[in-house]
Order: sequence, then structure tokens, then C-alpha cells
Amino acid sequence: MHLSVNGDVHDVDAPDHWTLLEVLRYRLGLTGTKQGCDKGDCGACTVLLDGEPVLSCLVLAREAEGREVTTIEGLWPLNLARGAEGPDPVQDAFDRCGALQCGFCQSGMILSARALLARVPHPGDREVREALAGNLCRCTGYTQIFQAVQLAIAEARGGDPPRRSWEPPATVPAREP
Amino acid sequence: MASRDIHGVDPPWDAFRHVGRALRKVDGLAKATGAAVYADDLSLPGMLHAKTLRSPHAHARLLAVDTSEAARLPGVHAVITGEDLPVRYGILPWTEDETALAVGKVRFVGEPVVAVAAVDEDTANAALKLIRVSYEPLHAYLDPLESLSRSDPQIHEDRKDGNVSKHVHLAFGDVDAALSGAAVVVEGDYVFHGSTHAAIEPHCAVARHGADGALTVWSSTQITHYVHRALARVLGLPPHRVRVVQPCLGGAFGGKSDPFSLEFAVAKLAMLTGRPVKMLYTREEVFYTHRGRHPMRMRYRTGVTREGRLVGVDARTVIDGGAYSSYGLVTTYYSGQLLTGPYHFPAYRFDSIRVFTNRPPCGPKRGHGAVQPRFAFEVQLDQLAERLGVDPIDMRRRNLLEAHTTTVNGQRITSNGIRACLDRVEAASGWKARHGRLPHGRGLGVAASMYISGTNYPIYPNAMPQAGVQLKLDRSGLVTVFTGANDIGQGSNSIAQCLVAEELGLALDQVRVVSADTDLCPVDLGAYSSRETFMVGNALIDACRKLRPLLLRAVADAWQVDPSRVRFVDGAVVDLGDPARSMGAAEAFQLAEARFDTLGATGAYNTPTLGGDYRGGAIGAAPAYSFTAHVVEVSVDVETGRITCEKVWIAHDCGRALNPMLVAGQMEGSAYMGVAEALLEEHDANRFGLHKGPSLLDYRIPTAVDTPELHALIVESLDPEGPYGAKEAGEGPLHPSIPAISNAVFDAVGIRLTHLPFTPGRVLASLRARQAGLRDAERAPALSGGSH
Repeated sequence: MHLSVNGDVHDVDAPDHWTLLEVLRYRLGLTGTKQGCDKGDCGACTVLLDGEPVLSCLVLAREAEGREVTTIEGLWPLNLARGAEGPDPVQDAFDRCGALQCGFCQSGMILSARALLARVPHPGDREVREALAGNLCRCTGYTQIFQAVQLAIAEARGGDPPRRSWEPPATVPAREP
Repeated sequence: MASRDIHGVDPPWDAFRHVGRALRKVDGLAKATGAAVYADDLSLPGMLHAKTLRSPHAHARLLAVDTSEAARLPGVHAVITGEDLPVRYGILPWTEDETALAVGKVRFVGEPVVAVAAVDEDTANAALKLIRVSYEPLHAYLDPLESLSRSDPQIHEDRKDGNVSKHVHLAFGDVDAALSGAAVVVEGDYVFHGSTHAAIEPHCAVARHGADGALTVWSSTQITHYVHRALARVLGLPPHRVRVVQPCLGGAFGGKSDPFSLEFAVAKLAMLTGRPVKMLYTREEVFYTHRGRHPMRMRYRTGVTREGRLVGVDARTVIDGGAYSSYGLVTTYYSGQLLTGPYHFPAYRFDSIRVFTNRPPCGPKRGHGAVQPRFAFEVQLDQLAERLGVDPIDMRRRNLLEAHTTTVNGQRITSNGIRACLDRVEAASGWKARHGRLPHGRGLGVAASMYISGTNYPIYPNAMPQAGVQLKLDRSGLVTVFTGANDIGQGSNSIAQCLVAEELGLALDQVRVVSADTDLCPVDLGAYSSRETFMVGNALIDACRKLRPLLLRAVADAWQVDPSRVRFVDGAVVDLGDPARSMGAAEAFQLAEARFDTLGATGAYNTPTLGGDYRGGAIGAAPAYSFTAHVVEVSVDVETGRITCEKVWIAHDCGRALNPMLVAGQMEGSAYMGVAEALLEEHDANRFGLHKGPSLLDYRIPTAVDTPELHALIVESLDPEGPYGAKEAGEGPLHPSIPAISNAVFDAVGIRLTHLPFTPGRVLASLRARQAGLRDAERAPALSGGSH
């Protein structure tokens, strides 16, 4: 089959029952797309299919023929191709906000956030939460992820960055008087 | 503990340049761009894929295993059973009761029985279907109370004490006298259910048996060192021929801190086939592998004076250990030993008994052994406050331990920011104006806790350092840090970079970290007991302070000045006496290398001798303790019984926040996990021992929509022995969430939830019972009395 992934067309040979996730990971070596459950529950395998987030573990590889697949590996090069510098602003915001703890869910999370921002330039908190509700994260409690998305939004439109998730530390006297 | 283990809380130069800032993580962009390599991302030439056949029975004798047909299937390269890996192992050397594949019997549904290596996963799966196993089913124990009352058949036949895994009874002071003299005593039963880690990355391991005879295993483990030891023993290899590497790890929370079947299986299969072998667990297999939170049934009796001061606590606990020991010996101690702060207990007694059942084995989950008793005790403390008519936060303040004291069970407390934690959550939540005054159905609850920051107990007794590191300085100006520490997402590699750059006065990008590779890195015991920042941090400072004088001396001699005039600032070297003179770090390293030869240093940390002077007194002893307080705001729908956790204010004393962004991330992630196990999650087995829902759909971890508003309030008490004063932040902030929710529900609707999880059914039943009680009280007011 012929698969268009991150702007390249690949000639791929894989069993008919292989999912897009399997082909991406085990044929094309695009291991940034993660498998957390292989049954559509966790969202770690989210990729963009013609710009829309899909669970690649529930898409047969053949179904992706003739469509454009974007994986996490595609975002930085796309950003460079647009004439910008560095990684995609959403990727960078995740890093700056501490949203990446173990990182395993974040490829899917970042692509879901990317798709939201492409569709709705200035989403509110509720829209952000709902857009990310299909991507389970077990590390962060989501708070720093929301802040990362809000930071990316704020920077895209030149607004103020969101408040960080912690207040300045309060120091305790070493000994009670 | 050597003097080298205490480095003080002050900046190494005049002011902190990196510590205390919200720095990016060393691997953040690699993770954000998909470049980070996790275990299942590895692929080696000629690699085979392995699968495991698992027991369908909760308890059965293994009569015969016929693998001949599977072995003949084209594409199958090797099939192994328990006979191929008969050596027992277990994380604790006193309770090695596991084998990689079942030998003689199976003890839970999902126990590994056979492993197959084949050319691909489909072939391996097809081979599993051709294996014939005959079992003789035995009575399955699914209720821990039954395991206590009978032992025929016995789950582990060679154990002396029936189905008892561990029994601990410890008493400090005269509890009976204390309680009989108390003004108010509350007694109650509290039930804590099971929950599991549910890290998003499933367990995965890859093995290669090299031409040089060395075995390398890449595994998604948080305890590289213990896996190394276990592999050598089980496979009968000298340890120096085994190498264990932890690639990037997709979450663990304690769920990857035992040696697991797949690590031994891929190693053996690689040795038998001469080819690399990978095994990746399915999500269902991860649920059965478990090692999650122990279910506990707790009876607590606590007495206070009329002024609300604690006089005695009496605790009895039955712990469901599941099928194997794992960390159970420690869990049993922890269920009592870690409760003795943040409050002063004049008298305390606990009796904890862990039993085996035929359920997936329990183990350490974030807050190991201490989250369950904390739930019971903090709810009981709230009940006492209610009885006395005292504000729940004030009630807690009246009983706080101070800094630099000793607990009733002999644990040394150093820094202690609990008072500030309570102040912070009280102020941030608007407690004084809102507690007890919100509309019916909405409420605030408080709870506080204490947790270990590392542990004295090194799992296997030895006198060697708990944390070792090595630094290599390069002519290019780069420092490479080698540490056995396991970065499991908490950011230990980032903290290592930050501390070394701080100590040596370098820019962050001049420090690179190599970690968790037993061939390259000095031993560190791993990511458990919240020990990495504290212990590895101290070891790193130790190493840096051996090198720094050499660098200063080399530059000072070149400039012909006193070394006190030389300062490293973000990678530049300046002369404090002559602002015009400076050089780069690379040049300084070259001067030092010319003067002192190749540059490097090792550093180490070991804990001081701590703990009570009695059997088990060292279990629960830590070089420092963290302190936490939460206020939780809930709303309760009295029609549906559904509790919504709206907000959590988390105040945590982490000593010093080396990176406040990472500390806040740990606090938020901990609180989220506590809220989740209180309201949504349940790891349980049905009457056949089958998991009630081994998928991420049925096991309901919160989504972005479910998660409450989380407010991280960092408190810094500057611990005298932590690196620059730092303590743990990764586990302590979970504990108060669960009792604080129960206490908030009481404030909202007047019911005491004592059985977890707090399902709508339990809430409704409790609301109905309360209404019936109120009606009875209206009818016969003179006869009411009791608890309100």
C-alpha cells in the first residue's frame, strides 16, 4: 500500500489486519506514536488523518491510503517548513510548562491539542478539556497540560501567558521560636 | 553516615543560578517531539517476539504442560515453562516466593505459565493456542478474612503460618490506660479497596545475548539494580555478565518496581535462540500483573482529651496481599509505622496482618502502605473534632509534632513544615469563612499527612552506599553525569543536571546525564520510597565538591591569584578581583586536566543510622520526612449520590523546591491520583478471580474533563540533610486527598464515608441511613444522643 506520512509517500508491505499504529511503529519506524492499550481507550496512539485526530490503533493501515497522516515526528519539520524556528509552538509550550512527565501520552495529547487549535483558534478552558478528554494522562493531573495549551494560545495571539500552576514557595523558619 | 553526606542548605556560590527555577527537563523536547526511545521502540536485527500463556484459574495444581505442538509450529523458535526457570526470586530476599513461570501450581488468574518466542507476534499468539495445560482446580481464596480463618488448601505450601504472609504487632506506651482515661474515644471500621497504577506504558522488555556471552536486558523498570541482581540469580549467570538498561519510561508509580516474569522470559528465550527477543504486555496483562495498592480492613480506636489532644491510637488491620509476597513485609510494617506523624501520639499500638489470597499480587503504589491507614485515621480525627465541636484544622494544629523531634515509634523528624501547610490551605481555600457554611450539598474537608523521603532500609542488607554517581569532565567543557537513578518521568535526570550545573557553576547544556544502565553507571537502588532527589542529589554534590577545588586551583595558578578569587558563573570563569579577566569552562577544564590528569570524581550517599531500637524499628525510618495538608472542596448530588471533587488545595513541604515546576507537577499528579482512587477506580476480582474490568475503559482513570481544579502550594522547610534542603514531592502529596474528600462530604451532607471507593450507591445508602436516623430522632428526641 502507499501511505502518505508527514509529507512523504511510503510504499509499505504489511499484513491486511495491521492497524495504522502497527505500520507507523513497526514498519516505518515512527515510534513517537505510542501504544497504551491497543483498543481505543487511552488515546496514546492519536495521529492526525487529514488534520483530524484519530486513534491509529482503531484504523486499519489500508484505510489511511490516499489520506495525509501526520504523526508527532511531523510537527517540528512542518514548523520549519513554514519558516518558523524550533519545534512546533505547542510542543515547546508542553516542555516549558512541565506537561511532560513520563511523556508516554503526550504525542497523542499534543496532536489533539494541535488539531483543536487548528479548528478553534481561541478555545476556552472547557473546550480545551473536552478536546483532550480522549487522551489519558496518568502523571500530571492535566493541570500543566492545560497551562501548556493556554500558553500556546496566548503566544499565538499575543496575549498574556496563563498563571503558572504553583504559587511562590513559602519558607518555614528552620525552628519554631 | 559520613560527614560527606551532609552538604548544607546554602548555595554553593553566592546565590542559586539554577536551583529554584522552573527549568525545562533534560528530556522534555525529546518526549514532545516523539524522539524519546521507550522499551517498545527498540528493534534489534533478527529480533523475535514473545508472548505469555497465563493461568485461567485463580488457584490450581499444574498437572501437565504439553508444548510439543506449539514448538512444531513454523516460525516458533523456543517455548519455555517453569521448569526452564525454576529459581525463585522476589524483591525482598526474605520472601522469594515467585518464579518467572508457574512451577507446580498457579495462584492467581493471569499467572504466567508458558512463554513462546516466534518470528512475529501473530505466530507467537497462534502458538499459545496449541499449548495444552492440565490443571486441578483448588479452592480459591478471594476474601482475606477467609485466608485468615482457614489454610487448607494452603496457598504457599512451604509457609509456616497458614495463609499469613506477615504479622506485625508493635506497641508504644500503654494504649489501654490512655484510652480508658480519654475524654472522648471514637472507634470505627474503615475499608480501603484495591487500586492499580495504570501507567500508560505497558511493561516491555527486550533481551540480547551477545557474542561475548553478555546478556543485556532493556526493560521498563524503575529498579534497574534489583532487576540486575534477580536476572543473574535466576539465569545462573555471574552478575558481571548481565547488563540492565532502563530506556525512557512511560510511567510507573510503583508498578514497575518488582522484577517481572517478562524480564526473565526474554532473557532465557534470547539465550536459547541466539536472537534478540522482545515481549510487550497487553493492557489486560498489565492489569493482572498489578502490584497495586493493598486492600485493607482497618479498625481504629482513638482517644483525645477534652481539649482535643490525642492520648492514644489503637489500630488493627487486615491486609489483602494477593498471591505473592512482593514488598508485603514492608507494606505490613508501613501500615502502622508511618502513621506516627504529623501528630504527636502519646501511646500507640498497631496490629497488622497480611494474608495471601488468590488475586493478582499487590505491591507498592505511590504512598506505599501508608495511604490506607492515613485514610482511616484522618477520618477518625475529623469525627473526634466533630464530637468536641472543634474546627478540624484547629484540631490538627493542637496535635502537631514540631521540627527536630522523635515520634512515639522512634523515628527522627528533622525539618517539618506541617504548620505552614495547614496555614496555606486554610487561607487559600477560604476555610474560615466557608467551612460549615456552604449550602447543603457543598463542603470542604481537610486532612494532613507525613511521608518518607527515602528509606534507611536498603532492601537487601549491605554496607555500601545507597546512591553512587560518577562525573566525567571533558576538554570540550562538557560534564557527563553517570547515575544509576531511574528517571521514570519524575525528572531525576533533570534534577541531576540542575544540581551539577549549580555546584560547578556551569550552564545547563554543559551537563549531560547518562542514567540507569548497569554497565555504565554506579549503583543506585532505584526509583522507590521517594529517594532519588534526596540520595542521588547528595551523592552528586559530594562528587562535585571533590572536583571543584581542582578546577579553582588550576585557574588560580594560571592567573596567579588566590583560589577564592575564582568563580564559575554559568560556564564562564571570572576573576572576582579583576572583572576584565575571564575564560570559558572548557579552558578551565583543560588547565585542570593538564595539572591534575584526567578529571573525574565519584560521589556517594548513605543514610545515617536511624530508627527505633526494636525489631522492625528501621522500617519506616527515613533521613527526612515530607509533610502535606489538603483542603478539598466537593459537591454531592443527593439525588444520584454522585460526588464531584471540585477543587483541591495541596500544600506540601518539600524542603526546598529545586525546580518548582516539577514539584508542582508531582503535587498535582499525586492529588489527582488520590482523588481518582477515592471516587472512580477499583481494582477488584470477581468470584472466579477474574479482574472486574481489565481495560482503561472499565478501570476508570480520570480524563481531562473529570479532573478537579488543583492548586499547588509549595512550602519550603529547608531540611538540614537534603540536597540544598530538598525532600521528596512525588508520593507524600497523595495521602490527604482521600480522607479530605470523606471529610468534605461530611461537611456537605452530614454523612461519614468510611468504605472506599465512594460510589454513588454507597453515598445514597449512607444518605438514606442518615435520613432514617434523623426521623427517628425527631420522633423520640430524648433518646437520640450519640454522635452529633
